[in-house]
Amino acid sequence: MIKTIDAYGLYYKDLNNMIKKYYEKGIQEFRLKRVSGQRYIGSGIHGKPNIVIEGTPGNDLAAFSDGVNITVKGNAQDAVGNTMNDGNLIIHGHAGDTVGYSMRGGKIYIKSYAGYRVGIHLKQYQDKIPVIIIGGRAGDFLGEYMAGGIIIVLGLDVAADEELVGSYCGTGMHGGVMYIRGNVAPYKLGKEVKSDTLSESDMKVLKKHLSDYCNVMGLDFKKVVSKTFTKLYAYNKRPYGKLYAY
Amino acid sequence: MSLSFLTPEFIVLRDRERCNNCGLCIKLCSFQAHYYGEKQQRVVSDDKKCVNCQYCVVKCPKNALIVKKHPLEFRQHDYWNDTSIKDIYKQAETGGVLLTGMGNDKKFPIYWDKMVLNASQVTNPSIDPLREPMELKTFLGKKPSRLEVDNKGNLISHMPPQLELEIPVMFGGMSFGSISYNAFKALATAAKEAGTYFNTGEGGLHRDFYDFADNTIVQVASGRFGVNQEYLDHSAAVEIKIGQGAKPGIGGHLPGEKVGEEVSKTRMIPIGSDAISPAPHHDIYSIEDLRQLIYAIKETTDYKKPVLVKIAAVHNVAAIASGIARAGADIIVIDGFRAGTGAAPTRIRDNVGIPIELAIAAVDDRLKDEGIRNQVSIVASGGIRNSSDVIKAIALGADAVSIATAALVAMGCHMCQKCYTGKCNWGITTQNPELVKRLDPDEAARRLINLLRAWSIEIKEMLGGMGINAIESLKGNRLMLRGIGLSEVELKILGISHAGE
Amino acid sequence: MLKKEGQIRIPAGCAISGIMNKKGKRFSGEMIIDSISVMHERSNGLGGGFAAYGIYPDHKDSFAFHLFYDSKVAQRETEEFLKKYYDIELAEAIPTRKVSSIKDSPIIMRYFAKPKIDELYKSELNEDDFTVKFVFKVNNGIDGAFVVSSGKNMGVFKAVGYPEDVGEFYKLENMYGYIWTAHGRFPTNTPGWWGGAHPFNLLGYSVVHNGELSSYGSNREYLRQNGYKCSLQTDTEVVAYLFDLYYRKHKLPVDIVCKILAPPMWDEINRMPREQKRLYKSLRAVYGLGLMNGPFSVIISTDTGLIALNDRIKLRPLVVAKKGDMMFIASEESAIRAVCENPQKVWHPRGGEPVIELLDKTVSTYIEHKYIREVTA
Repeated sequence: MIKTIDAYGLYYKDLNNMIKKYYEKGIQEFRLKRVSGQRYIGSGIHGKPNIVIEGTPGNDLAAFSDGVNITVKGNAQDAVGNTMNDGNLIIHGHAGDTVGYSMRGGKIYIKSYAGYRVGIHLKQYQDKIPVIIIGGRAGDFLGEYMAGGIIIVLGLDVAADEELVGSYCGTGMHGGVMYIRGNVAPYKLGKEVKSDTLSESDMKVLKKHLSDYCNVMGLDFKKVVSKTFTKLYAYNKRPYGKLYAY
Repeated sequence: MSLSFLTPEFIVLRDRERCNNCGLCIKLCSFQAHYYGEKQQRVVSDDKKCVNCQYCVVKCPKNALIVKKHPLEFRQHDYWNDTSIKDIYKQAETGGVLLTGMGNDKKFPIYWDKMVLNASQVTNPSIDPLREPMELKTFLGKKPSRLEVDNKGNLISHMPPQLELEIPVMFGGMSFGSISYNAFKALATAAKEAGTYFNTGEGGLHRDFYDFADNTIVQVASGRFGVNQEYLDHSAAVEIKIGQGAKPGIGGHLPGEKVGEEVSKTRMIPIGSDAISPAPHHDIYSIEDLRQLIYAIKETTDYKKPVLVKIAAVHNVAAIASGIARAGADIIVIDGFRAGTGAAPTRIRDNVGIPIELAIAAVDDRLKDEGIRNQVSIVASGGIRNSSDVIKAIALGADAVSIATAALVAMGCHMCQKCYTGKCNWGITTQNPELVKRLDPDEAARRLINLLRAWSIEIKEMLGGMGINAIESLKGNRLMLRGIGLSEVELKILGISHAGE
Repeated sequence: MLKKEGQIRIPAGCAISGIMNKKGKRFSGEMIIDSISVMHERSNGLGGGFAAYGIYPDHKDSFAFHLFYDSKVAQRETEEFLKKYYDIELAEAIPTRKVSSIKDSPIIMRYFAKPKIDELYKSELNEDDFTVKFVFKVNNGIDGAFVVSSGKNMGVFKAVGYPEDVGEFYKLENMYGYIWTAHGRFPTNTPGWWGGAHPFNLLGYSVVHNGELSSYGSNREYLRQNGYKCSLQTDTEVVAYLFDLYYRKHKLPVDIVCKILAPPMWDEINRMPREQKRLYKSLRAVYGLGLMNGPFSVIISTDTGLIALNDRIKLRPLVVAKKGDMMFIASEESAIRAVCENPQKVWHPRGGEPVIELLDKTVSTYIEHKYIREVTA
């Protein structure tokens, strides 16, 4: 059964409480209509419900979440998937700043562009490998402090004068990998970042994630994967080993 | 000669187990504190001659040497302490003026250590300097109060000449003569590498260093040593030295023994002659004369180089600085009473001038009150010891600082304060070729660059903590400072609140 | 005793919103209230306010002074002072209604007034500078009086409260303007001060601001040297004065003004072509103390347009959208979509990248108005 909730004028606390209560009663599927800026949707749910959001969800979408599946039929705001541990967030539009801050697991797919500091301090641990895929371009400080996981930037809808990623890309990076569909000017990279072509095993990983992404977003996988990607990774997992005097 | 009452200041302790009588210390010590004792049949030391420069201690292959303050004490008297008594013996024996090197070592308050910095918590984020851009670039020079830009975004205004620093720390004036060729070379190399400036002091510029012109501030002092068109041409800026913090109001004297062939060429004076710097510039007896000299230099350098005027921080420093700004200087260097020197009369060094911290605040306030702060940059110097001193100086209102003692220490100086003897064992403040050789200019430059690198990282860390990513936003930002244990008057002069307020 | 705002500095967080009709068509304040109220969580009820342009067409050539008075004494003193220097067309209480959450209201008045010609000539100032001087004198010299706004055909309405309540309090649904900006404040103090709420205004410039300027101390000192007295201890006051200094007094193009407030990084400047590099280097060298450092997003409004600007490393949110003649700016996209369901374009400007939107009909007068207002002494 799908539970439809009209979120118009609902205070975020009431909206989230409703979802939690219905979920406890066994409802797995939710459709939230006319969402307007309500924060923390999907947070604090112990389980894996599917939530479809129509409208514009507020900041901290699925913050600290651990398995919720959310589809946003529109744009998302700042701090999508903040410190998320598991789950799938699908944004059929753009997203704001700090997407996936300190995310440890799960997936965030964004159809269009994303703002500043996407994947900041993305990490991985044992079998948990978070994945962020951005269909458009990404803002400055992409993958700042990145310690693990995978970020993919496709730049599918970028205009000729726009660039795939902003400045200070991967600054402080000490783990994980980024795949960028196209080239990244060296000056845009943080000093901790190495740029390379993709190996066979990289291609395998990339294709696996892209085929899923294209499936979800309804894109032509062959076309998306046909362009040459750049691999970005950290020189060193201890970039500041020589910072201190003694 | 009658018996001297003076007892040794230091005691040299030699570990007999370790010392293998190799005699290296005998060869090394320019003060001849070690010798081979024929009677003892081993190497021994003459405590009286030791200046505690620790060169032998560091170089001894067996680590056999320790130098300590001599344990001999006078009967306890808090007013008539050891130094007061010994000074009298010295003068009674010689009839001479007490001479010393380095800066004021009296127990005056150190305001740097009575001020603490702010950091961001919640209401604004601290910025992570290792990963986000953090800008220390600093311009020194006269700034127009406004710029004119046309509607197409073209700059119409003319910018006066600026010094461009990658780190707001320069090397203060130290002449070739007072310091060695190798020390001078190390400073020049480091300044170029680090994107900052070194200062020739008043000893001219040896032609070997013309390649460093873009990072050179040439000094014009009262002795005008080595000053000519060519000298002025090989510089990024010209500094008129009126006074220095270690010895405000008096001139200088480089003894003839230090004027060897290279110094002679550089200063353009005969070998072996004394190089005497008059107390005042004899073309400056008043503020309007300063203007005349500033514009003489500007005319000579085609208005392409900023002119600095360096003064010692004295009682009415604020008014003097205002006059200097109005006289047309582009940059004012204020040298506090902790400033070092190769040679200064002890009484002057320890009793004349005021703390640089108070001077910066007073000058910055005065220039702002008069609405002329943009017309001149302020460089603070005189005892800057570390990066937090730098950052506090800038928060108080300085645009940049100069370091000299700290630079010498980085090269190896152990603060024995005997620079004026010309016997520096570390090869820094000497012209003795055997001693100069000891300082490897490349290694010394590397140490200086390391020091600036470390400071710049620390400055960035502190800036980031305050939520600032460009040094200009710290300039005169005294809200970032709080005082601890300071009186109302001190707080008022510093223009800061007490911690907790 | 707890020091009141103005005596001490109070950091604050916020929500901001701005709406403009490019053709200059006026619309009710309801829309901006609907927009800002979506971001309720971003403020804490200790400050809300609005700036509205085009609301006083009947008095469009007069300065419209909005004033707060703590007492009748302050009112009397201010009015005498005003009468001495201005011909007053109309003096009246600003209409308000009772709203349960809005308490401790000061006396709220407005005056439509023109500088007395002889006083203006005597002062040897143009009427803008004359009015700036008047505003500073009231704010710093008359205890308990505060000039809320001082532009023409515009006004600022602010209070201690949530912005939606403030809008109701001032009956803004009955007001019609072509530009509206709004602010919800989250100050770190209690109880909040009416004058400390945003927008902050000087002449025709109003500022709503989210964030805290780490450079406040340097900026304030810089302004002091340029004749501005920062009496309120708020960052936003600094933004308004810096804009006034660069734009009105130094007559710099507005995009350059933005590049002074949030300059490009040195590594970007170093990659610029020679002439451009020379310009940016000079701007940073000359206006370094006027750089706004630390997190901010601001909307600066004038009678001819809106400017939105983020700090250069984008530490605060800002979204812009367009639909037809309408232009929307807000801290959150939901605040835009609440009043414009299907914008043609929505985007997040980059850090330090200004969005400058001018009224269609006054694109040329935007430049000219600086001169129109000059009165030769």
